[in-house]
Amino acid sequence: MSEAVARVSWADGVHALFKANDVDVAFVPDGGLKRLIELCVDDPETRAVTLTTEEEGVALATGAFLGGRRTALLMQSSGVGNCINMLSLPRICNAPLFMLVTMRGEWGEFNPWQVPMGQSTAPILQTAGVIVYRVDSARDVCPTVESGLKLAFNSRCRVAVLLSQRLIGTKEFAGGDS
Amino acid sequence: MSVFHRREVVRALLRERGELLCVAGLGASAWDLASCSSDPLDFPLWGAMGGAAMVGLGLAIAQPERTVLVLTGDGEMLMGLGSLATIAAQRPANLRLVVLDNGLYGETGCQRTHTAIGADLAEVARGCGFPHARMVKQEAELEAVRADLHAPVGLRFTVVKVLYEELPRTMPPRDGAYLAQRMREALLGVEKALEG
Repeated sequence: MSEAVARVSWADGVHALFKANDVDVAFVPDGGLKRLIELCVDDPETRAVTLTTEEEGVALATGAFLGGRRTALLMQSSGVGNCINMLSLPRICNAPLFMLVTMRGEWGEFNPWQVPMGQSTAPILQTAGVIVYRVDSARDVCPTVESGLKLAFNSRCRVAVLLSQRLIGTKEFAGGDS
Repeated sequence: MSVFHRREVVRALLRERGELLCVAGLGASAWDLASCSSDPLDFPLWGAMGGAAMVGLGLAIAQPERTVLVLTGDGEMLMGLGSLATIAAQRPANLRLVVLDNGLYGETGCQRTHTAIGADLAEVARGCGFPHARMVKQEAELEAVRADLHAPVGLRFTVVKVLYEELPRTMPPRDGAYLAQRMREALLGVEKALEG
């Protein structure tokens, strides 16, 4: 399976899982999430909220929980740092939170400015009380997302699934998304 | 231009509230809410600074048949300015934001906020795309703001300039899980409220 085909199929699978679990999405875009975001935005049954910064999504998801809806957050690893204080909100309210995070600053990263946050992403999440799963291959994305959704919404946990840079593909400096 | 007493404003806005949902930002806005209400439909924040408006957006999306009022202060709103762009883009018809603006960080020693130095939150909201954003200037306008909570007027942003006052700290419950569950039970029923 080529890398492009693999990316298309995991994104389609995750979108299907979101639909099957009545999950809306909120996101700050990332190149690795392009296909998934397009599927969500183009789907009239999925509410897709574009955020200006990632912590907005943590507060949004908690508010949606108060009203009986589920929202997943999609972001790049650099956005995790923006969320730290706001992560106290779902934690103290015993509210579920599901985050899907595409990693930068690891596998063959060309941009050194991505490295500090990329290397800190998992420990920061864990310190903030978030359960972290890491996925390194395309075939593991959907089972991990499915498990994470269950853990978040059935057991009311804060869960992040990190999609590794090896899986997403190392970004080449070709312009466009950063 | 009138400068208002914040608790009179909050009491006036919540009069005959019916099924209105109310999120209050941390600090004085939460104390104001607790001073006149202990309703299961209240969600006063004790932290998450900058997040009140987004909690309100999530709630408004989840409960489209109800109106959600976010009451917050200028310092709290300034920390979440980007959320004004996010909310305007979503344009939830059932969300109302009211900022009680005293130009001060009242909980930390009354340092000036940016609204005391020139920032105009209603202008920011307009610039972000809010279809309706204004500063209340006269006492009589306050009743119109209250009436708009119960009329299908769409997304609104209102700034009310308030005095700095030393007021009794009427504290809402501090347990976030309790506050969340209380609102979910009121909105969804006990059984559904226990689900994720």
